[in-house]
Amino acid sequence: MASNKKYWKSEAELNPNDSIVEALKQNEFVEQIPVDDFLGDKQNLSSTSTNRRDFLKYVGFSTAAASLAACEGPVIKSIPYVVQPENIVPGVANYYATTIANGFDFASVLIKTREGRPIKVENNTMAKVGGGANARVQASVLSLYDSTRLQGPMANGEPVEWDALNAAVKAKMGSLNVSSKKAVLLTQTYASPSTDRLISEFKAANENIEHVTYDAISEDAALTAYENSYGERALADYDFEKAELIVSLGADFLADWQGGGYSSGYAKGRIPKNGKMSRHVQLEANMSLTGANADKRFPLTPSAQKVVLAKLYGKLNGTSVGGNTSEYDAIVEQLTGEIKKAGAGAVVVTGLDDVNAQTVALAINKMLGSRAFDADSPRYVRQGNIKMLETLISDMKAGRIGALIMDGVNPMYSLPNSIDFKEGLEKTDLSVLFTANWNETAEVVQYTAASNHYLESWGDLEMKKGHYSLMQPTIKELFDTRQFQSALLNWMGSESSYYEYIKETWDQGILNGASWNQALQDGVFASETMAVAVDEGAVVDAIEGVEVETPNVRIASAVRSLANATSNGMELTLYSKVGMGDGQQASNPWLQEFPDPITRVSWDNYVTISKSDAEALGVENENVANGGMDGSYVNLTVNGVTVENVPVVVQPGQAKGSVGLSFGYGKSVGMKEEMRTGVNAFRLYEGFNANQNVSIEKAGGNHEFACVQLHKTLMGRGDIIKETSLEVFNTKDHAEWNHVPQVSLNHQEVPATSVDLWESFDRSIGHHFNLSIDLNACTGCGACVIACHAENNVPVVGKKEVRVSRDMHWLRIDRYYSSEDSFEADNTKKDEFDGLSGDNGSLGGFGELENPAENPQVAFQPVMCQHCNHAPCETVCPVAATSHGRQGQNQMAYNRCVGTRYCANNCPYKVRRFNWFLYNNNEEFDFHMNNDLGKMVLNPDVNVRSRGVIEKCSMCIQKTQKTILDAKREGRLVADGEFQTACSAACENGAMVFGDINDDSSKVSELKESNRMYHLLEHVGTKPNVFYHVKVRNTNEA
Amino acid sequence: MKKVLYRNQFSKVFVFSLVVTLLFSVSLVAQDTVTESGDAVATEDAGASDGDAAAGKALFNQNCAACHALNRKMTGPALANVESRLAEEEGLDREWLYSWIKNSPGMIRSGDAYANKIYNEFNQAAMTAFPTLSNADIDNILAYTAAPPPAPAAPAAGEAATVASGAASGGISNEVILGALALVFALLVVMLFLVNNTLRRIAEANGISVEKERAEKRLPIWKAFAQNQFLVLVTVIFLLLGSAYFAYGWMMQIGVDQGYAPIQPIHYSHKIHAGDNKIECKYCHSSARVSKHSGIPAMNVCMNCHKSIYEYKGNPEGPSQEDLANGYTNEFYTKEIKKLYKAVGWDEENQKYTGETQPIEWVRIHNLPDFAYFNHSQHVSVAGVECQTCHGPVQEMEVMYQYSPLTMGWCINCHRETNVKVEGNEYYEKIHAELSKKYGVENLTAAQMGGLECGKCHY
Repeated sequence: MASNKKYWKSEAELNPNDSIVEALKQNEFVEQIPVDDFLGDKQNLSSTSTNRRDFLKYVGFSTAAASLAACEGPVIKSIPYVVQPENIVPGVANYYATTIANGFDFASVLIKTREGRPIKVENNTMAKVGGGANARVQASVLSLYDSTRLQGPMANGEPVEWDALNAAVKAKMGSLNVSSKKAVLLTQTYASPSTDRLISEFKAANENIEHVTYDAISEDAALTAYENSYGERALADYDFEKAELIVSLGADFLADWQGGGYSSGYAKGRIPKNGKMSRHVQLEANMSLTGANADKRFPLTPSAQKVVLAKLYGKLNGTSVGGNTSEYDAIVEQLTGEIKKAGAGAVVVTGLDDVNAQTVALAINKMLGSRAFDADSPRYVRQGNIKMLETLISDMKAGRIGALIMDGVNPMYSLPNSIDFKEGLEKTDLSVLFTANWNETAEVVQYTAASNHYLESWGDLEMKKGHYSLMQPTIKELFDTRQFQSALLNWMGSESSYYEYIKETWDQGILNGASWNQALQDGVFASETMAVAVDEGAVVDAIEGVEVETPNVRIASAVRSLANATSNGMELTLYSKVGMGDGQQASNPWLQEFPDPITRVSWDNYVTISKSDAEALGVENENVANGGMDGSYVNLTVNGVTVENVPVVVQPGQAKGSVGLSFGYGKSVGMKEEMRTGVNAFRLYEGFNANQNVSIEKAGGNHEFACVQLHKTLMGRGDIIKETSLEVFNTKDHAEWNHVPQVSLNHQEVPATSVDLWESFDRSIGHHFNLSIDLNACTGCGACVIACHAENNVPVVGKKEVRVSRDMHWLRIDRYYSSEDSFEADNTKKDEFDGLSGDNGSLGGFGELENPAENPQVAFQPVMCQHCNHAPCETVCPVAATSHGRQGQNQMAYNRCVGTRYCANNCPYKVRRFNWFLYNNNEEFDFHMNNDLGKMVLNPDVNVRSRGVIEKCSMCIQKTQKTILDAKREGRLVADGEFQTACSAACENGAMVFGDINDDSSKVSELKESNRMYHLLEHVGTKPNVFYHVKVRNTNEA
Repeated sequence: MKKVLYRNQFSKVFVFSLVVTLLFSVSLVAQDTVTESGDAVATEDAGASDGDAAAGKALFNQNCAACHALNRKMTGPALANVESRLAEEEGLDREWLYSWIKNSPGMIRSGDAYANKIYNEFNQAAMTAFPTLSNADIDNILAYTAAPPPAPAAPAAGEAATVASGAASGGISNEVILGALALVFALLVVMLFLVNNTLRRIAEANGISVEKERAEKRLPIWKAFAQNQFLVLVTVIFLLLGSAYFAYGWMMQIGVDQGYAPIQPIHYSHKIHAGDNKIECKYCHSSARVSKHSGIPAMNVCMNCHKSIYEYKGNPEGPSQEDLANGYTNEFYTKEIKKLYKAVGWDEENQKYTGETQPIEWVRIHNLPDFAYFNHSQHVSVAGVECQTCHGPVQEMEVMYQYSPLTMGWCINCHRETNVKVEGNEYYEKIHAELSKKYGVENLTAAQMGGLECGKCHY
C-alpha cells in the first residue's frame, strides 16, 4: 500500500518536462556546488606541494603558535618626537581657524588637531558669514585622508617630478608669444583676493592668458541677473532672520542655493519669540529640505513657478501680466495678499535657472524694500561664467588654445557636453589639471598636478563683500602635492611663497593696519570700510555685450517671457544633495553613508517622482522581505541624451509632471568599487539649466536601495512629534497643545510623568546633563549626523549592511510625512476611528494612515540615545554593561558587553547599534578604518568598537569629562556653554543646546522650563535626559 | 665536628684578610689624591701669580661650566690656558678678557675683530655678559683655567680594578659559606646512613627481621588509599579545587605585566636622573600636568642638559660595587649618552645639530588597554597624586619596570580609599559641601565623587 503512494514535492512535478524537476532528480541542489572554486582544477591541485600531512602540520603549528603568542603580550614601541613642536602636547587637542573653499562649499571653520593630525571640523562661531559647517564640510576632514588621493604629479598617467611639470608649463608659456594661441586658466570659484591678484599678475607677466571660472553647478542666471541690475558679477545676500515672510520659488536655500549658508539665520527667525515667528511659503517641484521646513508648500513644476513669479510681480506692481493659465491665480492671489501685508518684512527668492526669473525676484525684493535683502554687500561664492566657458570649448575645438590649466574642476565629469571638451582637449597643445584625486579629466589631460587638500593649503577668501577669511594649513602636505597658487608663483618666477603673497595682499589692501596674526588666529576679518552701493542705472549701460535698456524695460520683458513659460511633458529639476553636493567628495564614505534627509536613502541617487506619475508609468517602490527597499528603473532622456537605469523613489510632495535627480553621483574613475554609486546627472545638465524637459520610460529590473527609514508617516501618533500652529500656541494654554500623556493609577487618570515604577535617584548634586532639541530650529540638514560620526569613531558599514538596517549612526534624523494634509488632520482622523471596520474603522484607517499624502507636511526629528533616567536597557543587561551615571548619562562599557542585544530590543527609541561585524581592519569593509591613512581621522579619546558589542550615543562623555577636567585643573566652575556634545556644537541653527540643568543660570535649564518642552514617548515613563520642543507652524494665512 | 670548626675558622681568617686588603687599598687612594692636588697647586703657582685657582674653580663651575669646559669645545670654546692662548695667537691681553667677559655683546657691537670672529665661529650665540664679576674674580677664574686640568689618572683605573677584585673576593666568601653548609649537610647524610647500617647490622646479629613481618600484615599505603573511595573522592575534589585555584590565578595574571622591565634601546637610568640628581619627574614628563599622556620626553628635552653633560662621572663616592658587577661603569653610561647624541643628531666636535635624526623606539612599559581611559593630569595636577604612588620608587630604579598591576581592581581600590583633594579648588566647593552632607562624611573619596562609574573610564 505504502509503496504506491506518491509524494509530490511541488506543483512543478506535475509538469513532466520541467527542467528543474529533472535536475533535482539527479542532484540534490539545482545549482552545482562550487567545489571547483575551492579545490581548483586538477592541474592546480596536483602541482601544489602541500599534501594532506603538510596541511595538518601547518594547522598544528599555527594553532600552537597562536596559542603561544597569546600567552605573551605584544611588545609595543613608543617613539617620541626628536624635537617636540612647541605648541603640541601629546594628548591635548589644538584648534586652528581656517576656511574651506573648494568651489562648492565655502565656510569658516575650526579644525581640531591631535598630535598634528586634523581630526574634526567645528563651526567658527566668530564668523559672521559662513561660520556654519554643513554635513559635507564636517566630512571634509576625512577626504584629507582619502587613500585614493593622488600622491604626486603625473604625466600621461606616469609619475613625474614637479620640476618636469613646471618646465613643461614654463616652456609653453614662453612659446605663446610666438604662436598666437591663448593659454587659459579654467578654475573653480575662489572668491579669493590673493588668488585674483595672483591671476591678474600672471596675466600681466605672460601674454594671451585668459581666466575662465567654472562652477560645476552653475548659478550663472542669478549672477547675470545681479550683474545686469547692480553691475557686479555677484550674488545678492539675504538675511532670513529679518524676514517675516519668506516666499521661495524653487530656491532650496537651506541647502546649496546660491552657495548655501542661510540656514542659521532662517532658524533664528523660526523660533517663536513674543508670539512671533517668520512664515515660510515654498513653491517647488522636488521635495527639498527647504520645502520640508515650509509652513505652506505648493508643489509646482518649474514652468508653473515661472508663471506664478511673473504674475506675482504683476500683482505687486499693479500691472496686468498676460499669460495663458489661470490655475495658479489663487496661489498668486494668496501670496500677493501675504506679501503686501508683510511689506518690507517679506522676501522673495527663486532657484529657477533663468535670468528672467532671477531678475524679477531681485526686482520684487527691491520694490518691497525687503529688510532681509542685501544687494549692497553681495556674496562672491559663485562666479562661474557659462558664456566664457562655452567660448573656451569652441576655441579649443578650433585649435586656438595653446595651454589649458585647470584647478578644482572636473569638466569631463561635470560638463554635459564633455565629449566636445575632450575633442577640444585633443587639439590643445598643453593640458594641466590640478586635482587631489584621480578623476575623469585626469584621464585625458597630459599633466595631472596633485594638489593639496584645503587643510594643507594657504588661502584667503572674501565670501561676502567686506567679510574676509583666511585659510591656513593644519597639517604638512601628506604627499608630494602643491597648491595651484604656489605653482602659479613658481611659473611666474617668483621666489616668494603663497603665504608671503597672501600676507602682502592683506597688508596692502585688507587689514588697514589691523593685526595679521589676530586675523589668522580668528580665521575671519571683517573690514570696516564698506563699499558704497553702486548706482544701478549707470552700470547697466557700461556692461559689454548687453543690450542697453532701462531696468524697467528689462524687467517688463523678463516678466513677459516668464508669463509665457509652458512645458511639454515631464519637467526635470536637477538638484544637489545635502550629503553629496557637486560630487567632489564622492569617495568620502561618511557622505556616501549619510542618509538623505528627505528620502532617507544612502549610497545612491535616484529619480524622485510623484505617486500619480509613478502609477502612470508603472514604476514603484517596494519593501522586500529582508527589510530593504527596491525601486524600478527608468531611462531619462533630455534632448537626445539618455541616462539609463536610474532607480526611482516615489516622493510624496513631488509636483505632478515633474521629476528630480541629484548631481554628484555616478563617478567611476579613481574611486573604490563600493563608492561608485548612482548615475551622473550632469549628462542631463543641458545648457547648465537645472530645469529640463525630460522624457521618461520604464526600464526593466529592480534597484536595491539602502534606505534607513521605511515607515513614512507618524500614523497619527501626535505625541512623537508634537506640533501646533502659531495661533493655537499664542492663544491657548500649553496643556492643550503640549498635552502630558495620562495613565491610569488606582483607576484614576494621572499625568504619566507623575507615575514611577522605580525609585528615583537624587540627581540634584553635581552636573546633570540634558540635551534640548528645538524642532522649530532643526532643519534636518544632518551636519550633526556627520559631526557625531567624526567625533565618536562611528564605523561605516557599506550599502549592503545599511540596506538590511545595520547602519551604525548614533544619531539619526527621522523624517515623517503627514498622511492627510497636515499632521493635525492625521491625529484627528486617528481619534475618530470607531470600531474595527466600517468607514471609520481602524483596520482600514490605519492602512490609509500608512500612506503619505500627495503634498504632505514634513517634520524632522533628531533621535539619539535619550539617556533615560529610568532606562529600560539598563535593567535587562545580563552583564551590567550598561549603567547609569550620576550626571545623567546612560553609560555603555563596551569591554563588558557580551552582545546579547537585549538592551536594543528593550529600547523604546531604537537607538542602540550592534556591531554585527568587525568594521575596522577588515577587507570586507574597505572604508577609512581599513587603511592607515584613513585611520588618522579617528578620535584618540574614543574607543574603536569591536565585533559583537552594542554601541550608542554616549552624550559625548569624552567631551563633558574633558570640560570638567579643565575646570578642575584651573580650579574654577564650569561656565554655561562650555559643555557641548558633537551634535550641539555642530548645530549652527541652535536647535540643539546641551548643558547642565543643575546650573540654574544655564540656557538648557531655561529651555527645560519652557512650556514647549516635552519628552519623547513620555507615557513610557523613561524620564529621558533629552527633550524636544514642540514644533510650531506659522499657518496664519493673511 | 672538628672539621666544621675548622671551616669557620677558615672563613674568619678570610674575612679578616679581606678587610685588611681593603683598608690598605683605601690608604693608597688617599695618597694618590694628595699627590695630585699637590701637583695642581704647584702648577698654579707657576702659571699665574695673581689668582686663587681654588676660588676660581668655584666661580668657574658656578658661572661658566654650563657653556665652557677646560679642554673641550662646548657651546663656547675650551678655556684651558685661555689667557696664554689669546696672548700668543691673537695678542690680546687680560684687559681684553675683562671687557669681553663683562660685556661681550657690547664688544661684538663695537666691531672688535676677534670678538666678532669668535661670535661667528660659535653660531652667533652671544656669550652672556657677566658685569657682576670683578676683575679679581676673573683673575681667579683665569688662574683656574691656566692650571692644567688633571689628566684622567691611570692609578685611578688600577684602583678601580682593585676594588673590583675586592668585590669579587667578597662574592666568593659568600659562596664559600654556602659551600661549607652544603658539605655539613652531606656529612650529616653520610653519618645517618652509617648509623642506620650499624643498627641494621646489630638487628641482624640479634636475628630479627621486622620489615618483612610488617610487609605481610599491611597493604601498601597507596593500595589502601585507592580502595578507600571516600578518600579518593575527597582527594580528587581537593585536587580539582586546587588546580582550579591555580588555573584561576594563572589566568588572572594574563595581560598583567607587573614587573615588566624590557631592555630599552638606550639604558636610561631613572636612578641616576630622578634619584641621584633629584630631577623632578615632571621636568621631563611635563605633559603629565596637562594631558592624559605623561609622555616620553622628546629628545630635545634630554639635550637641555646633555648638551653640556657629555660624559658620566658617577657618584662622588664612585660607582657602587653592585653597579660595577652589572657593568654600569662610567664608560658604559657615557656610551649611552653618545647613543642619545646619535639619535638626536648632535655633532659633539662642532657642537652642532647635523639634522640627521634617528628617533628612538622605546619599548612601552605601562600599557593600558584601549578601552580604558586614563588621564594623567587628573591624577597628577588635580588630585596631586605622587608619581611614585602608581609607578613605585622610580628614583631607585636602574631599569624601569612596571610597579603596579594596572588592573581595574587596583584602580578601584585606590578610588575607594583616596580622598578627593578639594582644598582651594573652586570647582569642588559646592559639590563637596552637598555630597559630604549627603553621605555624612568629612572627606569624600573618589568613589563617592562618582569615580567608580563605568563611563568615567570606559567610553
